[in-house]
Formats: sequence, structure tokens, C-alpha cells
Amino acid sequence: MEQINSSSSHSGESQWVAADFKKGQPRWCPGCGDHFFLASLHKAMAEIGIAPSQTAVISGIGCSSRLPHYMATYGMNTIHGRAAAIATGCKVANPRLTVWQVSGDGDGLAIGGNHFIHANRRNIDLNMILLNNRIYGLTKGQYSPTSPRGFVSKSSPYGTVEDPFRPAELCFGARGHFFARAVATDAPGTIEILKAAQQHRGASVCEILQNCVIFNNGTHDSVYTKEGRARNAIYVRHGQPLVFGENNEFGLMQEGFGLKIVEIGKDGVTIDDILIHDAHAEDNTLQLKLALMGDGDGFPIALGVIRDVEAPTYNDAVEAQIEEVKAKKPYHTFAELLETNDIWEVH
Amino acid sequence: MADSIEIKELDQVVVRFSGDSGDGMQLAGNIFSTVSATVGNSISTFPDYPADIRAPQGSLTGVSGFQVHIGASQVFTPGDQCDVLVAMNAAALKTQYRYAKPNATIIIDTDSFGPKDLEKAQFKTEDYLGEMGIDPDRVIACPLTTMVKDCLADSGMDVKSILKCRNMFALGLVCWLFSRDLDVAYNFLREKFAKKPAIAEANIRVIQAGYDYGHNTHSSAANVYRIETKHKVPGRYMDITGNKATAYGFIAAAEKAGLKLYLGSYPITPATDVLHELSKHKSLGVTTVQCEDEIAGCASAVGASFAGALGVTSTSGPGICLKSEAMNLAVIMELPLVVLDVQRGGPATGLPTKSEQTDLLQVLFGRNGESPMPVMAAASPTDCFDAAYQACKIALEHMTPVVLLTDAFVANGSAAFKLPDLNEYPAINPPYVPEELRGKWTPYMRAENGTRYWAVPGREGFEHILGGLEKDDKTGAISTNPENHDLMTRKRQAKIDAIPVPDLEVLGDKDDAELLIVGFGGTFGHLHAAMDELRAEGKKVALAHFRYINPLPKNTAEVLMKYPKVIVAEQNMGQLAAWLRMKVDGFVPLKFNQVKGQPFIVNELVNAIKKNLQ
Repeated sequence: MEQINSSSSHSGESQWVAADFKKGQPRWCPGCGDHFFLASLHKAMAEIGIAPSQTAVISGIGCSSRLPHYMATYGMNTIHGRAAAIATGCKVANPRLTVWQVSGDGDGLAIGGNHFIHANRRNIDLNMILLNNRIYGLTKGQYSPTSPRGFVSKSSPYGTVEDPFRPAELCFGARGHFFARAVATDAPGTIEILKAAQQHRGASVCEILQNCVIFNNGTHDSVYTKEGRARNAIYVRHGQPLVFGENNEFGLMQEGFGLKIVEIGKDGVTIDDILIHDAHAEDNTLQLKLALMGDGDGFPIALGVIRDVEAPTYNDAVEAQIEEVKAKKPYHTFAELLETNDIWEVH
Repeated sequence: MADSIEIKELDQVVVRFSGDSGDGMQLAGNIFSTVSATVGNSISTFPDYPADIRAPQGSLTGVSGFQVHIGASQVFTPGDQCDVLVAMNAAALKTQYRYAKPNATIIIDTDSFGPKDLEKAQFKTEDYLGEMGIDPDRVIACPLTTMVKDCLADSGMDVKSILKCRNMFALGLVCWLFSRDLDVAYNFLREKFAKKPAIAEANIRVIQAGYDYGHNTHSSAANVYRIETKHKVPGRYMDITGNKATAYGFIAAAEKAGLKLYLGSYPITPATDVLHELSKHKSLGVTTVQCEDEIAGCASAVGASFAGALGVTSTSGPGICLKSEAMNLAVIMELPLVVLDVQRGGPATGLPTKSEQTDLLQVLFGRNGESPMPVMAAASPTDCFDAAYQACKIALEHMTPVVLLTDAFVANGSAAFKLPDLNEYPAINPPYVPEELRGKWTPYMRAENGTRYWAVPGREGFEHILGGLEKDDKTGAISTNPENHDLMTRKRQAKIDAIPVPDLEVLGDKDDAELLIVGFGGTFGHLHAAMDELRAEGKKVALAHFRYINPLPKNTAEVLMKYPKVIVAEQNMGQLAAWLRMKVDGFVPLKFNQVKGQPFIVNELVNAIKKNLQ
């Protein structure tokens, strides 16, 4: 089978600039995280170098799902929750297209939760963007499936009585092979994971931590600024030691079944003792531990590509099977198909 | 005593094979219909499966039937009641006898009428024939199981495998009753069991034994039948079920249009065979995705259409409920999509294996907003092919979702199918954006007939965004402008209204009928047979059968208002009648409605219509 590598990002040369992917005037609230993400997506696409005509951006419904309207590519802003299912048909029917699927936390994980897990399980080659602001914005302020327990909103005036999804856990539980995280305001971090998602052949989930200035202001405050990230985040890179802090003075080590924070140079700890990040490990145990850090547990929030493991994609397998059966079966047209039946002749 | 046999020459005959789910009645029935079709008889079949997954052996709920109607001239239905009933056990006799004509020949396996069998079938005495009021003279009672065991005693097969051949004994006996040539059956079996020649030969020995038994003991049967073929349409034929014909129609249309066929589906009775059939044909490039749910089946088909394929989704009524939202997305995005609804009994889970026409108003109206959508209904198993082809043609050429209604009856029923020649089918030309519109094109620009142009992703210079939000007619951008929404609503409606469909054909006494029978979809055969019977009695009746329901044929009002009386007969509470009354001012029809999950019975139709003729 012909292997199509639709990405030219490794060459570092692209005939496109961000403006080639831009269209219209975004209508999100001033200060909304979606503005930051959109700008990074335009830049990432330019750097990736795939033509707008070969790109489809498919969203569901919600504030963030307006995004395709600001893209000069092909695209659809569809119906609530179904973006992953629609993107699946799009990619399987036309595997030459590069397909980005954009959803918010409600669109992707509540009404569209079923499609999210199955797109991951099947490993459809989609770049799946999850813009997570932990709130329903378009319907004006109800809790979402990523809002923390006890969250007070218009539909939970006394606080929610349910636990949230943690997107990485859901992705891994569905046998996802790629998970990355970035903060919307962190353009280099966002562009880096978007490019990695495109490089990854298969379903690539990118969780974007994004603020809703109107209904959930400050939800990602601890990492929303550069200074915040220096204190409260850890950038993970495959093959690099897991260090963080303003001067990379802290690191992560394994302890028993868990992780622990150590200070390098203290208690005899050296850089060589620090855990090296392995995004390519098939076993996702440690990757999941990294992904779940930072939920008020004293650990930093992990940013970057947390898991990136090669696996057969559904769309490649569909194409390969078609080619295989074509070679094996003697009939390739409708007329030939008819002849495979028990036929009798009436004179 | 061969001279005492009475040979009846008949125009048509109905045979019903019945037995336990595991008795192979479907196979016996299939072989018999193939054998008959091969000599040029017209055939129509109806498998009647139990809804239970696996009912206890010998129980009343585990009985499976297969009815074959063969005729010298064209037959339109599998027949109301049978001339020959094969009952492989006591439960089959108990439940299936009501499908037998009063003078029908009954074939039973006396080995399956022991005390335990009778108890399971809820007979009260050992005189089961007396209990059911069956005249013993009409019964061919044979120790069928014993004879099959004797026949294969030296075969080296185990008892279980030997017992699996019982159906072939019954088949052999029926073939004798109808003077059928067994060679066709032999070929069928040799092909079916090509990899197990020993099984094929064992089955063949048993068929021969059944045939010989009939021949040697014919004094116990009242009649031998002969069905000659009267009006042969020369050509090459195959046996086809409605579901298979539908799948073939989709394949043919995609090939004609030069597009990839994409099916997004989720298993659901009685539509699943379409998924099975299409999944087999990867050598034709057919792509099938068994999705996580009905919603994704439809949604992914919309995605496939956007990407430039022919998107199809297949389901039954409960699935339509779930697909409605994505069907509506295809309405507003004006993308091609074919939605197959193989109707079954409802509401909710209803009668999953049984047939109804109760989804008509659902597919016409069951969506939010103004949501015009073409609706078609296939009239017979073989018509499923043409209907599926036409549904694809309309979807692709008019950039719209199209609903194709079939039902459990036509989907599972089969008939002889004259192999179609695709060269004789009309071309399918989707309205791709013409090159001269480069630089000027916007997504909702329309061709002369009101159809939006199709720009397939991958084509440079035509990048655009579609979506579920209302769009500006001129720019294609999101618009909440009231005038624009009104305009777009009208344009979507006008586009559907302008789809050309063939005129409604009137059959029978079209000039001077006293009463017009009206129906749609899978009841065509029964309505036609009822009309034939009434006309044979000298009544002046005609039949108008709808295949195109939205838009309606242009001559609908003219036809409906022409006759003194019109009766709309349908397997629902009057849905087509309601639709026609909405569309034709002053139209007040008589109605015949049955919602039993079973095909109409021609006799009942005839009687109901007669009442209205007096």
C-alpha cells in the first residue's frame, strides 16, 4: 500500500504563512482563550505546510466550535457532540485529507463522549482538539463534565455533586495513543503539540487549557501566565529528564507506585536520578500519572506531549483491507458482482 | 396404484415450510424457490422468523416458517394461505396450520409428534389432528426422522449431523408433489457445500429418498400439482432478497456516479443484512463502518459525503429517531445522503422482526425546523434495486438527504431478479462547481434547478465552511437575518419540490373504475393481487401505488380526484392518507388500516373493498 505522508513539517520548509489559513473576524468575547488558540493553530498549520485545500476542520457546537468559520480551509461547524463521528466519516472516505476535529469540553466529553472514546479506540487519524474551559459558555454558564466536584454554576447553585472526567484518563481508557496538553496563552507550547499531533499517525488528542473570561474566569490561573507556568507546570519532552521550576531545580522521581518531587542537589539527588520522559512507551502507567498531576496535589501540571505511541490506524487498515480483497477477489465492477450469484436463464 | 393419482394443473401454488428454528426450513424453502424459478415460474418468498434469539426446541415460540409462492404467471405476493404445509414438529403444526387453506395438503413428521412433543406444543390429547380439526386424508404422515436415519445409516455420520438432513427429506417430498427436477437442487447443494462434499452427497441422498417416498406412497396424498410457466420474460435471473437488492442498488449508483460508496451503520433488525452485504464487497471499493451508534452511522455518512463520497446509512425506525439530527444537518448543509429505513413494528422496540409502514410521517416530519426531504418507498424485493438507485441519483443530483423506505416484508422476501444492465440506467451527474465560477463561487450558489453546487475538499480555490447554522444566501457566512432565513427556507423547500419524479401510474380499470385502491411501498403485491381478484369477479377497480412520496408525482391530485371512490390501504393508522389529504385539497378517502406486523391478506383486502363497492 502506498504510504502517504501528508506532513512536510520535518523539512522545516513551508510555502504557507499563517495568513493563508485565516478568515473572518472571530466573534468570541475579548480575552477568550479561543482567540489565543486560533492564532496558534494558524501558525502551526503554516509551519506544518499542508495546503488549506487539503485540510478540513470539523467542529460540533459551542463557543469553541465556531472555530472553522475563521479558517480558510475546508470545514464544517456541525451539530452538538457529533464532530468526532462526522470527522471519522470524512477521514475514512477521503484519507488524503488532513482532518482536524475541534470540540469544547461539553461538545467533546458530554454529548459527544461516546464518539470521543470510539474515535480514540479505533485510532482514526484525526487531530482532535479539546478546548477545555470547564464550563458551558454558549448556554451561559452551566457546569461541564470537566468542572470540579462542588463547582457552583447557574445549574448547580449549591455546587455539583459529581466528579469530573479527566480528559487524559478518558483518552487512555479508550486506548488512545496520543495525548498532549498546552495552555491557550502559551503560543510556542501550543504550536509544538499541534505539530506533534499532526506528525502522529492516528487519533491525537490535544487538551488546550483555556479560560472563559465571562463564566469561569481564572479556572486555569495557576498556569495561564508565563510566570505561573514556571512555578506550577512541567514541560515534558520525550527523552528528557522531567525537571521543572524557575531554574529547573526540581525533578520527578518514581517512588513505590507513585511519583515524588525532589530538589536537584539536595539529599544527594542529581540530575541523573530524575525520571526520563518516555512518550513512546506502550505501557501508559507513568504517562497517566504525569497527565493527572496538578489537581491540587502539590504536583505541577504536565504540558507537552505526554503520550505518543505508534499504532495501526483505522483508516489505513480500511484502505489496506480494500486493496487486499481487491487483489484476492476476481470481481471489481457491479456487472462482475452480479455474475457471482447463482444465475439461471429463461429462454 | 399410479393410475389413482390426480394431477392438478394450477396457475399458482403456495408452499409453507415450517419447523423448529434449527430445522433448516429457510434453506429448504430457498432451494424449492430456486428450483421453481429455474423452470421459469414466477416466485415470491417470505421468511417468517421467530423474534426469540433461541427459543427452546419444539416450543411454540421457536417455530420458523418460510413461505414460497410459485406461479405460472406473475405472482405479486408470497400468498395469503398455503396449498401445502410442511410441519416438521407438533409446535409447527399448532402454530402454522392457520396459514393453510382448508383443503391444503399437510406433511408431518410423525416421529416429532410423541407425547413430549405434543406437550410442548400444548396439545391436550394424542389426537392432534382431531384437536385441530384436520381431515387425516389430507395429511401425508410419515416417520420422516426414522427414514432419514435409515437412509444415512451407512454414511458414517453422527446422529446430530444426520438429523440436520431432515429438511431435505421434506424438500424431496415437496419436489415430488410438484414434479420438480431435482438436478437443480443437487447443483445448489453441491455449490453450497463445495468444501464439504460428503455433506452435499448426504443431503442429496435424503432429497432423493423423500422424492422416492412420495412417489412410492402417493396414494396417501390427494394431489400432485403441475405449474407450467405461461409468460416467460427471457433473460438471466437470480434470486434476490429486498435487502440484497437495496445493497446492490447502492453499489450500482456509486459506480455509475464514479464515487466511493460509504456506509455508516449500526446493526438493527431487519436492516442489518444491508450492512452484511455491503461489507462483503470491498473488492468494489465499498467502505463500511460499523459505528458506535445509530447517530454516528448517520453523522459519519454526512462526513463522508462532505469529503466527496456517496454517504449512505441504513437502519430501521428506532434508528431513524436517533439519526434525525444528522439527517437535518444534511438538509441545511445541502449534502447528498441516503437514509435507508427498513420499517418494522413500533413504537419503541415494538416488533423487531415484523413488518409495518408506520415510519412514513416520522421520515416526512420528524425533524426540527422546516426540513423538506425526499421520501421514496420500494414496492417489492426486486424494486428495492431500482428504488435504491433512484434514491442515490436524487441525493447526488439535488444535494439532499433522501429517505428510502422499505419494510421487513420486502427486505426479507425474495423474488426472481432479472440481472440489470447498468448501461440501461440513467447517468448520475452530481452538480460539481463549474470551473468558470472559480473566484466567484460561494457555498450557496445554485444551479438553475435550485441545487447548491458541490465543492469537494482537496480542490484548490474552493475552500469553504458549511454548518448547521443558517447561512447567508449570497456569502455563505453565518446569518441570523430574518429575511435571509425566510429566503433560505423557501429555497430549500423549492429545491425539493422541483425534483422531477415520474407520474403516478394507474393500473387496472383506469378509465372507468368505480373505486381506486391507493397504497405505497411494500404492499404493492397484495394490493395488486386484490385488484386482480376483484376484476376477475367483474368489479371495476384500479390501483395507484406510490413509490415517490415526497415530492409527490405531478398528476397526484388529478388521479386521486378522478374516481368516485378511493381507498387508501396501508399498514399503519392512516399516514399516507393524512399526507395525501394535506397535499390534495378536498381529497377525502376511504381507509383500510392494519397494524398486525404481518403482510396484508389478499382475501381480507378483497372483502373490505367489496363492502365499499355496494
